[in-house]
Amino acid sequence: MLTVNSIKRGIVIDHIESGNGLKIFEKLKLADVEFPVVLLMNVPSEKLGKKDIIKIQDEIDLDLTMLGLIDPNITINIIEDDKIIEKKKVELPKKVKGLFKCDNPRCISNSDNYAVPTFTLVDKEKVKYKCSYCDDFTYL
Amino acid sequence: MNLKGKHLIDPNDFTLEELDQIFKVAQDMEKHPKKYSEICKSKILATLFYEPSTRTRLSFESAMLRMGGNILGFADATTSSVSKGESVADTVRVVSGYADIIVMRHPKEGAPLLSSEYSSVPVINGGDGGHQHPTQTLTDLLTIKNLKGKIDDNKVALCGDLKYGRTVHSLIKTLARYKNMSFYLVSPPQLKLPTYIKEFVKNEYNAEIFETSYLEEVINEVDILYMTRIQRERFFNEEDYLKLKNSYILTRDKIKDAKEDMLIMHPLPRVNEIDYSVDDDKRAVYFKQAQYGVYVRMSLMAHLLGVV
Ligand SMILES: [Zn+2]
Repeated sequence: MLTVNSIKRGIVIDHIESGNGLKIFEKLKLADVEFPVVLLMNVPSEKLGKKDIIKIQDEIDLDLTMLGLIDPNITINIIEDDKIIEKKKVELPKKVKGLFKCDNPRCISNSDNYAVPTFTLVDKEKVKYKCSYCDDFTYL
Repeated sequence: MNLKGKHLIDPNDFTLEELDQIFKVAQDMEKHPKKYSEICKSKILATLFYEPSTRTRLSFESAMLRMGGNILGFADATTSSVSKGESVADTVRVVSGYADIIVMRHPKEGAPLLSSEYSSVPVINGGDGGHQHPTQTLTDLLTIKNLKGKIDDNKVALCGDLKYGRTVHSLIKTLARYKNMSFYLVSPPQLKLPTYIKEFVKNEYNAEIFETSYLEEVINEVDILYMTRIQRERFFNEEDYLKLKNSYILTRDKIKDAKEDMLIMHPLPRVNEIDYSVDDDKRAVYFKQAQYGVYVRMSLMAHLLGVV
C-alpha cells in the first residue's frame, strides 16, 4: 500500500471521484506551484470503491465554487498542526460567472468577448444551469 | 411610475401596472396624435439592425417621426463596419453618444441584454434570435386590450410553429401573468412549444394549457386565435406535412362557427397560413394589429425617454 506522509499544515481534498483528481489538479494549476503537492489516484475507498485525493502543503486560496462544479461530493479538510481543524463540503454554486460556456450556439456569450457567460442554478439533481443572456439551459 | 432610463429587453422587465400605463398612453396617442407630435423634437432614435427586419424597423422609425424626433442607424450589418467583428458593447458605447435611445435587432440571443449593460441610453430589444421579441408582445397585448376591452379572462389559441416562434414565446409568457387565461396550443407534434415554457406558465401562473395537432378541435371555443407562420421544411417528413397542411391554413369556411367576437391575430408577414378570403372578415385584425404596433412603440419610447 502506497503511503504519503501526513501534512502539518495545508489542505486535503478528499473523496474525489476517481479520475477527477487530475482535472482538479489542472484547474487549480497545481503543477505550477512552489510548495509540495501530492495527487493520489485510485485509492481504495469504502464509500466510492476508488477515489482520488489531493494534498497541498501550504495555504492557497481555493476556488470552492469551481470545485463544486467538477465534483460536488468532495470534502475539503483544512489541516493545522497535524489536525483537521475544519471540514468543508463543496456545493454546486447558485450563480456561476465565466467558468463554463453556454450550450446554445446562438447565444451572444459564445461569440462576443464582452459577454461573460453567467448562469443561475435551476436544478441541482440534473446540474442544470440557466443562462442569463439567452435563458437557455446548459447541463454539466 | 417612472420608466425613464429603463431598458426593455424582456416583456417581464415591466410590471403589469407599467405595461398598463404604456397601453393607456398608446391609446391616447392614437386618439390625439397632434398632442404628441412634438414631444421628441430634439430626440434621436438609433436603429441598429444586425439582421434585416423591414417591418419592425419601419414601425420604430414611424413611431419616432410621429413624435417629431429623428432617426439614424443601419438596416443590415453586413453592409456596415460593425460586421468586422466589433463587440455590440463597443458599438452601443459609441452610439449612445450619438442617440438618445437605441433599438437593436440581432441574430444572437442575449445581444440586446449585453448592450444594455454598456449603454448610457435606453436599449429596446427589437428581436434577438429565437429568444424574445418584446415590442411584438406589447403590440399583441395592446391589440387585445383595444379590441376586447381587457386582457384578463381570455381563451387563446396559438397555432403554427410554436417551437421556434419567438413571438409566441414572449407572448405566452406575458399573457400568462394576466388573470384566468387558458391556452390552446395547436402545432404539429415536432413543433410543440418547448417544455420549459409550458412548465413556467403552469407552475408560475397556474394558466391552463391544452395541446392538440388539429385546429378544428379548438377553433370554435376560443376568444383569440393567434396564427404564426409554419414552413414546409420544418416538418420531418412529407407525409406529416400533407396530413396537417390543410388544418393549419385558415379559410373562411373554418371560421364560420367560431365565436362572433373572436380575434384573428398574426404578427405578419404571413405566407399562406391565412387565406386572403379571411381578410374581409371583421374578426381578422392583423393589419390593425400592425398599426397598433406603431402607437405602442411611440408610447414605449416616450416613457423610456421620460417625455410623457
Ligand atoms: Zn446563453
